[in-house]
Amino acid sequence: MNLPQELKYSKEHEWVKVDGNKVVIGITEHAQDELGDIVFVELPEKGDQLTVDEPFGSVESVKTVSELYAPVSGEVLDVNGELEDSPEFVNESPYEKAWMVVVELSDASQLDALMDADTYKQMISED
Amino acid sequence: MALKRTPLFTEYKKSGAKTVDFGGWELPVSFGGIKQEHAAVRERAGIFDVSHMGEVIVYGPGTIEFLQYIMTNDTAKSKDGKCQYTAMCYEHGGTVDDLVWYRLNEEKALLIVNAANEEKDVNWLSEQSRDFSGVKVENVSQDYAQLAFQGPKAETVLQRLTEESLAAITFFSFKESVTIAGTDVLISRTGYTGEDGFELYLAPENAPALWEAILAEGEAEGVEPCGLGARDTLRFEANLALYGQELTEEITPIEAGLGFAVKTNVDAPFIGKEVLKRQKAEGPPRKLAGIEMIDKGIPRNGYNVLAKGRLIGQITSGTHSPTLQKNLGLALLEPEYCEPGNKLQVDIRNRQLDAVVIERPFYKRGN
Repeated sequence: MNLPQELKYSKEHEWVKVDGNKVVIGITEHAQDELGDIVFVELPEKGDQLTVDEPFGSVESVKTVSELYAPVSGEVLDVNGELEDSPEFVNESPYEKAWMVVVELSDASQLDALMDADTYKQMISED
Repeated sequence: MALKRTPLFTEYKKSGAKTVDFGGWELPVSFGGIKQEHAAVRERAGIFDVSHMGEVIVYGPGTIEFLQYIMTNDTAKSKDGKCQYTAMCYEHGGTVDDLVWYRLNEEKALLIVNAANEEKDVNWLSEQSRDFSGVKVENVSQDYAQLAFQGPKAETVLQRLTEESLAAITFFSFKESVTIAGTDVLISRTGYTGEDGFELYLAPENAPALWEAILAEGEAEGVEPCGLGARDTLRFEANLALYGQELTEEITPIEAGLGFAVKTNVDAPFIGKEVLKRQKAEGPPRKLAGIEMIDKGIPRNGYNVLAKGRLIGQITSGTHSPTLQKNLGLALLEPEYCEPGNKLQVDIRNRQLDAVVIERPFYKRGN
């Protein structure tokens, strides 16, 4: 299971890459593996506000739909529009090509609630 | 309660398949990915473990008359060695179950029922057979494993494992005591994928060896082990009903578009005949329609369908169709909205997204 050390992880299986006051968000390799073939990704628009622990989009596999829960609050600065036509990126490249949104943090302390790679790994091994 | 396991459980655990609880059974969702398995069945062949399905034997003098009384199809028309798709209904027309039954002889029938309905069906059959003194009902599910081998290459591969002429087993017919790869099976040309293929019934202890033999023999053709996920997307594209979605105790087979399996012109009475006959003549209150999403979104079971802001029905099944590469759904709607080309909306997580009614089935072999 690929879990890059430099990322932070949420209990809802998102990864968060911190870059100053901005974060990039996607879903983990474990999450895409559990979902199976991804066929549709629904994301917010630039300028939308994310609220921590609230749904901000969804990822659908052939079989099921899964909500995306915001790991942090803040304004959406950028959205990966390529996922609209290439949802399979989520399966093929969850940490690179399938980044989902860039968010400007409204409360940087929310990052403290996220897990490091080892803690997340521990959590999914207990599932 | 512990989940039930089929005799093939160790086989799919060996191959690393993900399993889920499906009606109390621990079954594989997929082996190599749903899309890949789906394509394998459409283009080559795939093998499914469907041992969770229930098998019920109805036997004794009066068997065919009894079946005529509880089933919607004209069971008297079937012949030894033939299979028939039918529904069993309640008096109000709602569906007890849909099933395929095999006429072993004039006093013995094998019914293949949905796993989730097994107990309910056996109770229903037993209760309803009380007035048929010679008829006995026996749940023999424990005695059978079932494999479904489906796809355009299924016959070619299976033929290499048997002396029996498979070409002689025509669509919806079967043969007992056929030896395949050294194993005694009942084989029928039936399935739940919209492709040509076979279903094999055999003693549970022989199932792992036959599963392995078919996969090994089919390696050159690209035969793949398939799970429940692909079984669902395949049957969905072919518009084969799934009990619990297209059919329920509150949905009649006429509403579900299964009028071909409801023969209201037979003289003999059967349970539900009055309601079903009326629905056939006057049209049912709801009808199953195929829809394609125009806006981006995937319709799912239970989502509301609207026209001009008014609720007109619900989605029964929906997914991204792997073969057609479209987001499609089956919906039970007020009949006047079921014409192809009709625009409507699906409520997907509080957004009303545009969709259009399209022709059914979505997929037909030979397209």
